[in-house]
Amino acid sequence: MPVPKTLGIETEYGIVHRGVDDPNPISASSLLINAYLSRRSQPGVGPGSPRVGWDFVDETPHNDIRGFSHIGSMAPEVETHLVNAVLTNGARYYVDHAHPELSTPECADAMSVLRHDRAGELIMIESMAAANEVLPAGEELVVYKNNSDGKGNSYGCHENYLMDRATSFAEIVQHATTHFVTRQVFTGAGKVGCEAPWMPEGSIGFQLTQRADFFEEEVGLETTLKRPIINTRDEPHADPLLYRRLHVIVGDANLCEVATLLKLGTTAIILAMVEEGFMDPALQVSDPVRALQAVSFDTGLSQPLLLADGRTATAVDVQWELLEQAQKFTLQRGTELTGGPVADLVLLRWEDVLTSLESDPSELVGVVDWVTKKHLLDGLAERHGLGPGDARLAALDLQYHDLRPERSLFARVGAEALVDVPDAVAAMEAPPDDTRAYFRGRCLQKWPADIVAANWDSMVFDLGRQTLRRVPMMEPTRGTREHVGTLLDECETVAELLGRLST
Amino acid sequence: MAEQEQKRPVRDDSDHEEAVDVGAAQSASRGSDRLKGELDDLLDEIDEVLESNAEEFVKSYIQKGGE
Repeated sequence: MPVPKTLGIETEYGIVHRGVDDPNPISASSLLINAYLSRRSQPGVGPGSPRVGWDFVDETPHNDIRGFSHIGSMAPEVETHLVNAVLTNGARYYVDHAHPELSTPECADAMSVLRHDRAGELIMIESMAAANEVLPAGEELVVYKNNSDGKGNSYGCHENYLMDRATSFAEIVQHATTHFVTRQVFTGAGKVGCEAPWMPEGSIGFQLTQRADFFEEEVGLETTLKRPIINTRDEPHADPLLYRRLHVIVGDANLCEVATLLKLGTTAIILAMVEEGFMDPALQVSDPVRALQAVSFDTGLSQPLLLADGRTATAVDVQWELLEQAQKFTLQRGTELTGGPVADLVLLRWEDVLTSLESDPSELVGVVDWVTKKHLLDGLAERHGLGPGDARLAALDLQYHDLRPERSLFARVGAEALVDVPDAVAAMEAPPDDTRAYFRGRCLQKWPADIVAANWDSMVFDLGRQTLRRVPMMEPTRGTREHVGTLLDECETVAELLGRLST
Repeated sequence: MAEQEQKRPVRDDSDHEEAVDVGAAQSASRGSDRLKGELDDLLDEIDEVLESNAEEFVKSYIQKGGE
């Protein structure tokens, strides 16, 4: 049985502390986030302030034991522990390893995720401004929305999709892998050079993706070493008897909005098709790890891939087949579980993009990141006669992802926008209406002082009594505006809310 | 500098964007013709804002692995 494709995206950003000899990315990330939280806590700055922030004082990687403390008005520079905050838009903003990371709230469709992904970029921009206000003159924090430093270090942009627990994991692996290998033709953010240790230096001038170099396995639990195309982390953040969460680690962070929409929207439809047993079992890429890299290296989009049934097809050919199946699926089953009208838009743009990739990829400047970046690289190389390996090309690659408005090269392209800026600004504060994130966000807006803990699947309230009250939220599609909007409007206090919730 | 009068439109309004597309009569390209025409302007801007010491900038951009 297919389940609604509730989905979201987690982005780890690159961070640089300029003007210091020995930068520490962990404290830089903490400072960045705390500066944002403090700025938003100031009375009169934005609706819904102050923020409730939480720290995971004892956080260790892969360990989920949490401790909480209120950030309040502490000066950002004295915050040295790892910060972990839940924002009123339902997002999580925290330090992960040595990066600032922002997880969007759970969303009901790809356009809603895109809106919150854009809001995340705006949060980063405001965070930089807030941090730089408190830094000594000559120092600056700079945030990059990319996935690699060009020296073999990668950080992720992970997608999450709610799936039916009853669907066979082997089926998910087979079909999702085929999509992940071939969707790179429109999800790739582009990269100068190659970081796969087994490739001869200088053999790849430019490739479609930031991430393909770092994948060595088909399936596995790892995210930092021997990364797998399909990650098996089983942490549904929902009723584990009904759901699984497919944690997708293979994608690039996109700046082009159409690319983000398609990355999420096409994958949601494919996964719904897997749940329905709708996929063509013959459409399967052989040796997917090698194919992932072959597609990424294939800027001419002509490399034939071997399929399991002995045929060969290019990545674009495979995408055409997936699109045709998705169109058929949508005609037969509708779009109720895959994002409604957004799914129709996704199918339309998916077709547009494949058509352009086949006829003239340069039509996708401002639509697909790798095409956009290549356009700039080729132009700069031609203008100045730069050869492969010139540092200015690598610098352009990095600076494409610089989020400072005055420095960002992407921002200068005039890429196609799908989200109106005021909507993205609103999403910095407001949760989506149509998932449980609405309940989380509204409660944080209305009663920040009465909430001691928030998580994806629960909230803990303090009524000033001996015991805390935990409200489980195991169903991601409940807690929407339709479901609890009036209730939240009518309740004056948390006590009243909890009283009415339990009747 | 013959094309200096061309201003990059602010593309934060999808309705405005649609109007541009009709003119381009190319639904798949979404304004890329204009983008191509603007490459020279764009490269001027890139020359202006690109890190002046590219080699040093690229060398010093070091991140820890994440995830």
